[in-house]
Amino acid sequence: MDMFLLEAAINGLLLAGVLALLTLGLNLIFGVIDVVWIAYADLVMCGMYAVYWLFAVYGWPLPLAFAVSVLGVAALGMMVHVLIIAPILSSAPINQLLATGGLLYFLQSFATLLFTTDFRNIGVRLPIIEIGGIYISYSRLLAFGVALVGATALYLFLKRTYIGTAIRAIAQDREIIGLMGVDQRRIYLVTSAIGGALAGLGACLLALQYDVHPFIGNTFGPLIFMICVLGGLGNMIGGFVAAFIISQIIAIGGYYFSTELSYVLAFMLFIVLMFIRPQGIVGR
Amino acid sequence: MRAWRKFISAGGPKPIMLSLVDVSAGYSSLRALFGVSLEVAAGETVGVIGPNGAGKTTLMRVISGLVAAFAGAITLDGRSIVGVPPHRIVEHGIAHVPENRRLFPRLTVEDNLRIGAFIPAARHHFAEQLAWVYQLFPQLRERRRQPAGTLSGGEQQMCAIGRALMSRPRLLLMDEPSAGLAPLVVQQVFDLIRRIRAEGLTVLIVEQNVQQVLEVVDRAYLLEVGSIRLAGTSTELKNNEFIRKAYMGL
Repeated sequence: MDMFLLEAAINGLLLAGVLALLTLGLNLIFGVIDVVWIAYADLVMCGMYAVYWLFAVYGWPLPLAFAVSVLGVAALGMMVHVLIIAPILSSAPINQLLATGGLLYFLQSFATLLFTTDFRNIGVRLPIIEIGGIYISYSRLLAFGVALVGATALYLFLKRTYIGTAIRAIAQDREIIGLMGVDQRRIYLVTSAIGGALAGLGACLLALQYDVHPFIGNTFGPLIFMICVLGGLGNMIGGFVAAFIISQIIAIGGYYFSTELSYVLAFMLFIVLMFIRPQGIVGR
Repeated sequence: MRAWRKFISAGGPKPIMLSLVDVSAGYSSLRALFGVSLEVAAGETVGVIGPNGAGKTTLMRVISGLVAAFAGAITLDGRSIVGVPPHRIVEHGIAHVPENRRLFPRLTVEDNLRIGAFIPAARHHFAEQLAWVYQLFPQLRERRRQPAGTLSGGEQQMCAIGRALMSRPRLLLMDEPSAGLAPLVVQQVFDLIRRIRAEGLTVLIVEQNVQQVLEVVDRAYLLEVGSIRLAGTSTELKNNEFIRKAYMGL
């Protein structure tokens, strides 16, 4: 097999890790609260700015900057729920969509106002490593590893803890869950915090690889929504599988044609699959 | 015998555990209960019988906090529980086995039981309580890794009762436990209720299956169109001419 093709495939695999992590967060929130956070990618943008300011401007150690950014976006996620979602929880889904869509423009405009449209880089140059003639970016490898650890931690949390079990149960019967002693509002708040934390973690991993600017959410936001829908909205395993499929199409398509065309291919496949399997590729 | 149940089985006069006085309740457009009063003493098994649409489910829901009372007093051990949200009522020691079981179908049997022990007071005794539920219902242990939605009707009822028992309740509310089950399974469900009774729990049970329920309860109330029409011991009601004609087909 062609070495460059293999390299593209491995890079695609590594890209999938971060996408899967973000997909997981979006799916968790949709699956539990039944709300789509249109502005999810822009929470990631906020997290990237947090990393940039804390590390590159204020000179905090990188791990500390990462930890504070994750916690910061988790808090932001809770604010999104309390201030925007909770008051309109019982209104029509379109209103919720419009409200979080409004948040998207708010965050982008606010970031432009505060930080201007400059591209900013945290300036960490991680090495490119060579394994048997294949070149792999260390930052991508790290991102993939952290994404897998994050996903595993989430899985164990959902499987092994009482709150995790309640999070899995709540969408199956929102009324009866109260009879179990579970406060619905508390579960929604915890879920929003976890969704925010995953966006924050994604932000740390993306900040290692990309420049941050107010509109960076637009570059991968549509992609993670497409992956979510492809895997079946709310289906976490489906989203995980879809993240790997889409990133392979982008990586290998990029190798044969160009990156732009590979995105066209991915979205075309998405449209076709939506006709064949509207419930998602990993259907129930 | 576990310590938390010991005081129930101790002799002497039985204090009133649950009391409803003149309770009216319902939904925005429809009133379902009109001034209902009833009492359940500690250690008693009490039934509420009546036709479809009499307000039996609303009665259960108003006790567990799912439906708000318009008027009247509801007390548990003398303390008012009116306006307390459902997740707090559980902490007061009331567990509700809802109509149609309402398990979490895609969670395993054991996860359903785990969520039943969600309140902090129950979590500390999870292993002990789980062992007790599995001893009561050995089938549940065999099927503990199966999604609850794949169980048979009778097993689902066991799981729903087990889930409620996991919160270590003092009062168990059961809403139509025999509904939608095959005759043979109905018999099993009433056997289950006898076993739970024998464990010393206080039980309030709502049923349409009048003949069977009068065999397992100490006392019963007849609820018709949202009001208590008759009350008495199970023997009195079994021999009541009106009940025999209207509800037992005798």
